[in-house]
Amino acid sequence: MITVLVLMTSGIIIGWFLHKKDKLLKISSELTNWAIYILLFLLGLSVGTNEKILNNFDQIGLLAILITVFAVAGSILVSWLTYILFFKKR
Amino acid sequence: MKGSLIILAFFVGGLLLGMYELLPDQLLNNDYSMYALYILMFLVGIGIGSNKKSLEVIKSVNFKIVLVPISVITGTYIGVAVFSLIQDNLNLIESLAIGSGFGYYSLSSVLITEISGETLGVIALLSNISREIITLLFTPIFAKYFGKLAPISAGGATSMDTTLPIITKYIGSDYAIISVFSGVVLTILIPFIIAIIL
Repeated sequence: MITVLVLMTSGIIIGWFLHKKDKLLKISSELTNWAIYILLFLLGLSVGTNEKILNNFDQIGLLAILITVFAVAGSILVSWLTYILFFKKR
Repeated sequence: MKGSLIILAFFVGGLLLGMYELLPDQLLNNDYSMYALYILMFLVGIGIGSNKKSLEVIKSVNFKIVLVPISVITGTYIGVAVFSLIQDNLNLIESLAIGSGFGYYSLSSVLITEISGETLGVIALLSNISREIITLLFTPIFAKYFGKLAPISAGGATSMDTTLPIITKYIGSDYAIISVFSGVVLTILIPFIIAIIL
């Protein structure tokens, strides 16, 4: 995982120097999309061949939605507090 | 939204090809995803470093605005921690990792898949897609009852792009910079946080 973080950090630094080279950045953002497409395709592929996940897909889907409800509720409540304390004009 | 559909189409395409064993074994047995992930992370870095929004964001830093992403992170972690206590399928670490996607489902799901395997990766994918959908659908309600920061925090990392239009429509464009700021900060932090947690 260190490799991933080093790559990303060097990308940020290189990107900083390239921020005026619009053509190059367009290619880079197009490549980013394709890297994401390929990775999600590969994830789909490994899920499609994984009996354990396929057989429990309804349970996995339910878990995913429930945890999201908790994540969203928690973040809304804390930011509501932040809003009342620091942002709302009295 | 169009982008999300394309991404989903690739996932579902892979899923179907895998299920019906339509691909040669060689492709299935080789693990190319690590290399694709390396390339992706490097490109994501370039995108962040060169983004004109990130320059604006750095200029707009002040105490109040920093509180917004901090609230999103704290609130999300409180929420998923409570969730990890009330069921037995996901433990605290796994729940925190899934929550750390903050709606950035493409990146978080592939990262989590590489570190912890497909099952957790799929949950992360579905969960973080739901976060974006929930924000798109319920922003009017969140804004009405829970203050102007609520839609921004629901959106998480997506508040800088995919959910930004609907968010500013309901809380006003004077909050747009806060929304972008929060989204950019979370987007940059996500890979680091996930790597640290898992």
